[in-house]
This record gives sequence, structure tokens and C-alpha cells, in this order.
Amino acid sequence: MRGRAFKFGNDIDTDAIIPARYLNTTDPLELAAHVMEDADPLFAGKVRKGDIIVALKNFGCGSSREHAPIAIKAAGISCVIAHSFARIFYRNAINIGLPILESPEAAENISEGDEVSVDLAAGRIENLTTGRVFQAAPFPDFMREIMDRGGLIEYVRWRLSAS
Amino acid sequence: MGMTITEKILAAHAGTAKVEPGEIISVGLDVVLANDITAAVAIPELKKMGFTNVFDNTKVVFVMDHFVPNSDVKAAMQCKIGRDFARACKLEHFYDAGTMGIEHVLLPEKGLVLPGDVIIGGDSHTCTYGALGAFSTGVGSTDLAAGMARGQLWFKVPASIKFIYKGKLPVFVSGKDLILFTIGRIGVDGALYKAMEFTGEVVEELSVDSRFTMCNMAVEAGAKNGIIAPDKKIEGFVKNRARRPYRFFNSDPDALYEETYEFDISELEPQVAFPHLPSNTKNVSEADNILIDQVVIGSCTNGRMEDLRVAADILKGRKIHPYVRVIVIPATQDIYLQAIQEGLIEIFIQAGAAVSTPTCGPCFGGHMGVLAAGERCVSTTNRNFVGRMGHQTSEVYLAGPAVAAASALKGRIADPREVV
Repeated sequence: MRGRAFKFGNDIDTDAIIPARYLNTTDPLELAAHVMEDADPLFAGKVRKGDIIVALKNFGCGSSREHAPIAIKAAGISCVIAHSFARIFYRNAINIGLPILESPEAAENISEGDEVSVDLAAGRIENLTTGRVFQAAPFPDFMREIMDRGGLIEYVRWRLSAS
Repeated sequence: MGMTITEKILAAHAGTAKVEPGEIISVGLDVVLANDITAAVAIPELKKMGFTNVFDNTKVVFVMDHFVPNSDVKAAMQCKIGRDFARACKLEHFYDAGTMGIEHVLLPEKGLVLPGDVIIGGDSHTCTYGALGAFSTGVGSTDLAAGMARGQLWFKVPASIKFIYKGKLPVFVSGKDLILFTIGRIGVDGALYKAMEFTGEVVEELSVDSRFTMCNMAVEAGAKNGIIAPDKKIEGFVKNRARRPYRFFNSDPDALYEETYEFDISELEPQVAFPHLPSNTKNVSEADNILIDQVVIGSCTNGRMEDLRVAADILKGRKIHPYVRVIVIPATQDIYLQAIQEGLIEIFIQAGAAVSTPTCGPCFGGHMGVLAAGERCVSTTNRNFVGRMGHQTSEVYLAGPAVAAASALKGRIADPREVV
């Protein structure tokens, strides 16, 4: 995957990703229309399919709302790279099939507007604008299995049919 | 090497003698909780998995508390998803307007969550029940759906951080002040993925209500769970509520902690978390003439009897500042009734406050007290992120009920010690 980077700082919370005032719907496209609104009110209008969010520490802190990764995915974001993720967001993203990678080096060394390519399987991140390459920590096998099955829903289905 | 209370509860529910931090285990669930927002996402997921029912209709609990009583048509349609499903599955514990309370106050009150339990909830503040000596954590809606379907979920065993509170609790300092102070010290990712274990003579002296408040905000430091070893006070709280067996676990003396913090809180002032992070904590005396427009007293953090009593003590016989709107929300119907019987509701109304049926409404900017551009609110809730209670330029200052009530009288952030 390849896209332009949108850069955010530390502690981007789930209210910034999708404000709770919009949680009276579960429609992904309606949620996507307000994605990142309280961090950057113009974001939803700027983002193009394939673009990448790059953030610093503790991305997705706050509430457990799965609407947060759903809104990001529905807006066309192909991957979120961060120095670190908040616990529930991390799990939710994997569960709904939004690719995420943890790499402090990449997070520090990618700027707004840089072209970035990501090889998820290898955990390889390349900043095409600067030429720098970063390696993200590989996923544990257990999570890779969930993602390989296309998310937790498919994983549970598969487990049930196997048993 | 011994185990912490968190490790012991997880081991018992994984059917193994010992677990270690970092280990991934599959755990049986005692209670699976959903609210109107998270159920609406989880139910279609559950159906996609091929299920039409839950694993046990006595262990899956629905509480319609966020956009309830319904704020608009969209919210009503969303709640209907949960309502219809609860009826179809004959959920034994389904709470809606009239019987509903704010979920994290309601479940302990009804005896649905007990010491030694493993609980997941589609709400990040599910960590509240750690105050009973349970392992309790928030999950997203897909995990929630899997838990509802199978009664099991995988977890990575968290490492534990021990917090020891020493000294004597000063007047007007409560569990809220202790947890705000703690988050201020370690930051909003200071306990990321970890268990926060609260101990020490101060915690032993704390009321059950204040213990819930502390564990409630563990997630604001990034923690997976907050937990306090159960004692006689917890036994007193649960013994007449429980309708099934429960079990007290305790950390071993030689349990391993990743970090230990020790705080002497004898000189601690009431705390206020300034916008826009719960870790942006200051002493109330540092608030220099910050004028306010609204005060909210309530929520899963501070909508319990102790909180209402503290606020009523300060407001009794006084008038709220003319430019401040005060919204008091008892967290459950039982608390509401008790507050009426104790005369607290009369005190609030005489002082000029609005009193509401239980709802999460204003805490997340949903309804019942949404802020305009540039407005400021002192709130006993748990989050002060940008736009949390309304307009993107509004501001939320988090505090305990004493600071909230004092501020309501003064029209600015005020120290309770200056009004009584």
C-alpha cells in the first residue's frame, strides 16, 4: 500500500477521531464524514483513498468505541502508523481489519505530506520522500491468525466450523 | 514467585494454576456488558458470526444509558437495535429508561458483578468493577460480540504497577482527587496495557464509592484494569446483593510488579484536570479566576451517594451563581430515591440546580448539557478531551464533587475550603 501521510501528535483520543456527538449512528460512511474532526476539522475533505495516518504516542486513547477505527477505515485510510497505540484501539483495529503498525522511528521521521509505502507482511515502512526505511515490530502469530482470517468475526466462524 | 491479584483472577478463569505477564490466555467470562452505543455495533457482528442468541442470557447485560432517554430519532433507532435484540434473546438483565442507571454504578448495585469475576464491557470505563476485586476491562464491539457469542475471550496477561497511598486523607480530598493526582504524575499512557493496583492505608480507609471512582479512571492512564484487594467493606457491600458465589483474591507478598509508586497524600489539595487531558492536573489553588458556565455532578465516576452528599453539604442553604447552569445526575434510580429520602434533591433544587433522571448524556457531549463555543464546565466526569462535552472550542475541567459544588456557587473554579 502507498499513500500520502497525514501527521498527528501525541495522545490523539477517540473523541478527536470520531466525536461522541456523532455516535448516534453506526453507518461507516456517515462516521467517515466526521473522521478526525476535532483534531483537524478539514481532514475528512482532504483525505484520499490509500492515504496514511502517522501519529506519535498513545494513538486512540480514551473510549472503547469501535466507531473510531471504523471511521478511519471507511474514510479510505490504508494504514495507521504510530509510535504507540492505546490498548483498546489497537485491538479494535485488528478486529475490524484496519492495518496498523507500531514504529517509533517511522512515527518520528515521517512528515505531513510525505509519500509512504507499507509492506504489512514484512512490517516494512518506507518514506519515499526521504528514502528512509523503517522496520515495525512483527505481530505475534496469534494476532496474525486473526488478521489472516480477515478479522475476529471470520476467525470465530473458522474456529466454530473447525470444532 | 507469587502472583498479583490480577494474575490470580485470570489464572482461575483460564483454568490454570499460574499465569505470567505477556502470556496470552483464553478466559471464561462471568459478565458481558453492552450499552446502547456499543450493542448497536456488536449485534450485527454477532449475527455475521452466525449466531442469533447469546451464550447465556443471564450473563449478558444490556444497559441503555448513553443516548437514553432518547435524544433524537437517530439515537432512538440505534437504541431499538439493542432493545429488540434483548427481547428476542430474553436477556434477564436488561435496563432501560425507568429502571436504568449509569452502567458502571448500576451493575455493582444490582449485585451483577462480584469479587473474583472476569468482566468485559463495551465501554472503556468497565474497569470500574476492579474496586470489588474483580478483573474488569473495556473492549470494542467485535470483542464484545465474540464474548456475547462464546462467553470467552483471549487476553494478554498485563504486568502490574503498584500504587501505595500513605498518610491521612485531607478534608475535601476524595478518590477522585487521588486518581487525578496519580494520572497527573504518570500521564495518560503511564499505565498503557498494564494493571493498576491501588493499595496502602489511604485506600483501606477509602469508602467503597471512592474506590469505584479510582478504578473507573484507570483507563485514563491507559491501563487495562484497575484493581483493589477486597476487604470487609467490600464484603459488606456485596453480601446482600450477590445471588451467586464470589471469591476474594489477594496479591501474594512476593508478587512481581513492573513498577511501584508511593505517594504521601496528607498534604494533597483537591485536584483539577485542566483541558484537554485528564493528566493535565493541578492543585485547585492554582486555578486563577477561571470563570465557568456550567457544572455537571454525576456520571459513572462521581454519581454515587457519597458524591451527592458532598455536593449537597456545600450547596445547602446557598444559591448557585446566576451565570452558572448546574446539572446534577444521580447515577441510578436507587441513588435518586435515596437522595430524595435524604433531602438532597430538595437542596439541589433550592440552590438552583437542574436534577435529571440517570443518563451518561453530558459526559460525552451527547445531550442534557452540551456546551457552546468557548464555554467552560467543571465536571465530575472522567474525560476533558477537545470537544468532549460539545463544541470543539469548549473546555472541560475535571474535579471531584466538592470542587464542582464550590465552583457552582462562585461562578469560577473554586476551592471548597473557601466556601465552607
